[in-house]
Amino acid sequence: MSVGTVKLKIDGVEATVLEGTMILQAAKENGIIIPTLCNLDGLTPYGGCRMCLVEISGSPKLFPACITPVSSGMEVTTNSDKLKEYRKMVIQMLLAERTHICSVCVANEHCELQAMANQLGVDHVMFERNFSQAELDSTHDFLVIDRNRCILCTRCIRVCDQIEGVHTLDLKLRGKDSEVIMDLDEDWAKACSCTSCRKCAKVCPVGAIYIEGEHFERTKNRGIAEFIIQRRMRK
Amino acid sequence: MTQNGKVRVATVWLSGCSGCHMSFLDMDERLLDLAQKITLVYSPIADIKEFPKDVAVTLIEGAVANDEQKATLEKVRTRTKLLISLGDCAVTGNVTALRNAWPNSDQAVLERAYADTSNLNAQIPDEVPKLLSVARPLHEVVKVDYYIPGCPPNADLIHYVLSELLAGRQPVMEGRSKYG
Repeated sequence: MSVGTVKLKIDGVEATVLEGTMILQAAKENGIIIPTLCNLDGLTPYGGCRMCLVEISGSPKLFPACITPVSSGMEVTTNSDKLKEYRKMVIQMLLAERTHICSVCVANEHCELQAMANQLGVDHVMFERNFSQAELDSTHDFLVIDRNRCILCTRCIRVCDQIEGVHTLDLKLRGKDSEVIMDLDEDWAKACSCTSCRKCAKVCPVGAIYIEGEHFERTKNRGIAEFIIQRRMRK
Repeated sequence: MTQNGKVRVATVWLSGCSGCHMSFLDMDERLLDLAQKITLVYSPIADIKEFPKDVAVTLIEGAVANDEQKATLEKVRTRTKLLISLGDCAVTGNVTALRNAWPNSDQAVLERAYADTSNLNAQIPDEVPKLLSVARPLHEVVKVDYYIPGCPPNADLIHYVLSELLAGRQPVMEGRSKYG
């Protein structure tokens, strides 16, 4: 049985994509880039950051493009004043949630949150900032996690589970209190399932997970998950 | 708001490292062109004691960290038409606000700086302005009209914002502003 195709309109442009494609992917295939933060090629979509919100005509709701499948006759708007305002607000809420001080961060100038704020013109945060005192774990030989910089995108958790296949990392608690933990909330050095593969540091969009003593931009590799998947399929 | 045909501009230095003022001076030869259009009526780089009235544009560097700075900011706000947060400390609190994460941070930082690290006659000074319980960005204290983020903000960006305002246009920060 062959997979059917679906016709839809994205920003007024007629597009034909495979059934079951997510709006984000459908837009990309048609040259329309929707801003994202938690999404990463090669990992399952998460729908956590809400940067990729789009409008679908006929519905007053906004939909996260990364986890909303296309349907026939759908008319999607990926860029409007309303969406721009919402995206700016998402960035402001992320900046307000924990201690995000670019000037003293390892990720300064190489941070996806910072880049997105700059790109969207978020020149200040209208919410009162929370200065968090979450735990920093530097017990591992070279991997460090500063949870105060974490935006809970779960890229590290997904890459650890889906690509490395060990699922050392996970989330504890809920909402703004959520924290990335190792094994059953152990110190990283004591998390025996960790293979020290570094993929979590490579995909972290901010300065939350990094490698001690290594240049931050050398660590980062946004394409690592997709690259490994491609190589595995080649054999 | 103008004086001899020039726009009255001021700059103020609150809790910051002066890096933003360095960036202001980094406009280099463009300052000469600016000087044709503006007159600096108050600034840490000009020896004027009292913040004057009827200022058109005031650029403020630094966060609000003590009661004197709060009073200064409130006075400046009543005497200036457009108030601009200059740099990350003014915009976000930045390094100045890192202490905010600790409870009773106003007392804690003084104890750390003057008592814990001293091995001789440790005493916390009480003649200086009283620290606020948390350091705040300017817009949490008064209304701010424009923001120039950056640590320090780029001289080109400062020049862009001032030029647009002098030309009577709204500066567009999308794709221009830069934290950190």
